[in-house]
Amino acid sequence: MTDTNMTAMTQSAAAPAAKATLPPPVRFRFWAWLWGDKRALISLAYLSVLVLAAIFAPLIVPYAPNKQNLMDLLAPPSGAHWLGTDDLGRDTLSRLIYGSYNALYAASLAVGIGVAIGVPLGVFIGFVGGWIDQVGSRIIDGVLAFPPLVLAVAVTGALGIGLTNAMIAVGFAFAPVLARTMRAQTLVVKNALYVEAAVGFGASRLHLILRHILPNAIQPVIVEVTLMLAVALLAEAGLSFLSLGVQPPESSWGGMLARAYHYVEVAPEQMYAPGFAILFTALAFNTLGESIRVLLDPTIKRR
Amino acid sequence: MMYGVPGMVAQRLMQLVPVMIVATFVVFSLVYMMPGDPAMMIAGDYATAERIAEIRQIYGFDRPMLVQYFFWLGNALQGDLGHSLFSNESVLRLILSRLPHTVLLVLYALVLGAALGIPLGILAATRQGTTLDKIITSVASLGVAVPNFWLGIILVTLFSLGYRWFPATGAVSVFEKPLEALYYATLPAVALSTGVVAVLARQVRSALLEVLGSQYIRTLRAKGLGSGAILWKHGLRNVAATMLTIAGLQVNRLFSSAVIIEAVFAIPGVGNLISYSALNKDFPVVQGVALVLVLVVILTNLLVDVLNATFDPRVAAST
Repeated sequence: MTDTNMTAMTQSAAAPAAKATLPPPVRFRFWAWLWGDKRALISLAYLSVLVLAAIFAPLIVPYAPNKQNLMDLLAPPSGAHWLGTDDLGRDTLSRLIYGSYNALYAASLAVGIGVAIGVPLGVFIGFVGGWIDQVGSRIIDGVLAFPPLVLAVAVTGALGIGLTNAMIAVGFAFAPVLARTMRAQTLVVKNALYVEAAVGFGASRLHLILRHILPNAIQPVIVEVTLMLAVALLAEAGLSFLSLGVQPPESSWGGMLARAYHYVEVAPEQMYAPGFAILFTALAFNTLGESIRVLLDPTIKRR
Repeated sequence: MMYGVPGMVAQRLMQLVPVMIVATFVVFSLVYMMPGDPAMMIAGDYATAERIAEIRQIYGFDRPMLVQYFFWLGNALQGDLGHSLFSNESVLRLILSRLPHTVLLVLYALVLGAALGIPLGILAATRQGTTLDKIITSVASLGVAVPNFWLGIILVTLFSLGYRWFPATGAVSVFEKPLEALYYATLPAVALSTGVVAVLARQVRSALLEVLGSQYIRTLRAKGLGSGAILWKHGLRNVAATMLTIAGLQVNRLFSSAVIIEAVFAIPGVGNLISYSALNKDFPVVQGVALVLVLVVILTNLLVDVLNATFDPRVAAST
């Protein structure tokens, strides 16, 4: 928004001569930013490849992910099986690629649920204020007091074992975090001059929330959401490791690690690929989140 | 109205009441998240009609929800968390026998994390912009992204199965053989501590940089005070509260990760207990562990607040 205002100002101030010095259109800025921030570039490139791999998994995998080859159990990496095979003779690379789908689905689902509950709740209690805010904030504090994974395990146990339920549980644990951020932002924004002006013009509450408060309060949430994708990914891996998440024979990185751990003395190399997949993906989300944080708030330095 | 530390503690305790009510209500309402008839869900697929009726009676499903909540809370406050649906053991006794393993693990990881994370943060802040600073911040990024349980597996492979320096799995009671208990808890605590190391290193670094860049430190420097004295007498004193608060917040995170780490190292703690019970729909146990852990976390936060107020009069005055 500031960019377009500035563009308008420079245009009106020195319209005839300044054509050559106009800032490039916003659309191109994204690429300029990405090119300027190599860490964001690498993270985004990695995540794009991962998303493509997840979508086109059936087309690119060398073997069907559940195809067992009982003649070739726990094989070391070779030309036929680049990452070896697991204890049922299934191709590790194929299962890793299929696992990326579950990992990304799980992370998006959990964060999506957190956003769907947390953001409206935070805006609402921050905007309305008074006793509703008091009660809402205490509820947020109460849920935040739980160790997130303990809450997720308990809720998964209640909803029933399985990936979708596990991620609903993780989303439930995320919601108060986002609600708290959103509430704090709403409190700041709702006293801004432009909101007062809109009230003066007779804007409705819904209009105020949707057009003025939400767009201006959402920035820290964007950063938080990106970082949360990493947390959700680690939670999925952990819950699937405990067999509370993805159920066999479907493949997940956490579940692969659980199997690999069983046979770690026979085939220790089986535990590296899924672990690195989790590590790199979490790292990519975190790095991207930090880059977006710096992008949105240039006054802070990258940590 | 009381002032100072006692006043602050009283005020905090009052604030804790609504938080406790919400937390206990969440634990209680877990049963209601079950799809269908909770009594039948708990009883399992092959339960007899009598068993279902028995469970309905144990939980009091025939009464209104709020009545049940207060009934349940009343029992819980008296230490009655029900009985395991499988072993019929008292849930409280079950938890108390396992809690020491988890608490030892979490404290051990916290101490390791602080012992490594705080010096790393100081080092990075005092050498801002150097290669060392960059290495420390990069390692910290890895520390938050690495799956703890995977690190645990790697540690087991290297140091237990490979070098045979540490036992691969199991735990020893800290009350019976304290030293051996620490020895058994070392690998899991190391695996658990990476997040704490990373977060503390980052936060201490940025907090210290902020303090060292402030006006009064510049004044001290202008007066000719050496950088060592500035760091130890003024810099660290001002970030001590931040360190303590961050460390306190990590307890929550450590109990989370402990659930999985305990599975990797086959430690009979409450983390293992809750995941095993969730898999087997042993609901009173799941609820009991969640309740006990949320209380532990809430009390830890209270302790951190009190410590902060004791060491820093400004905290007590500001409440």
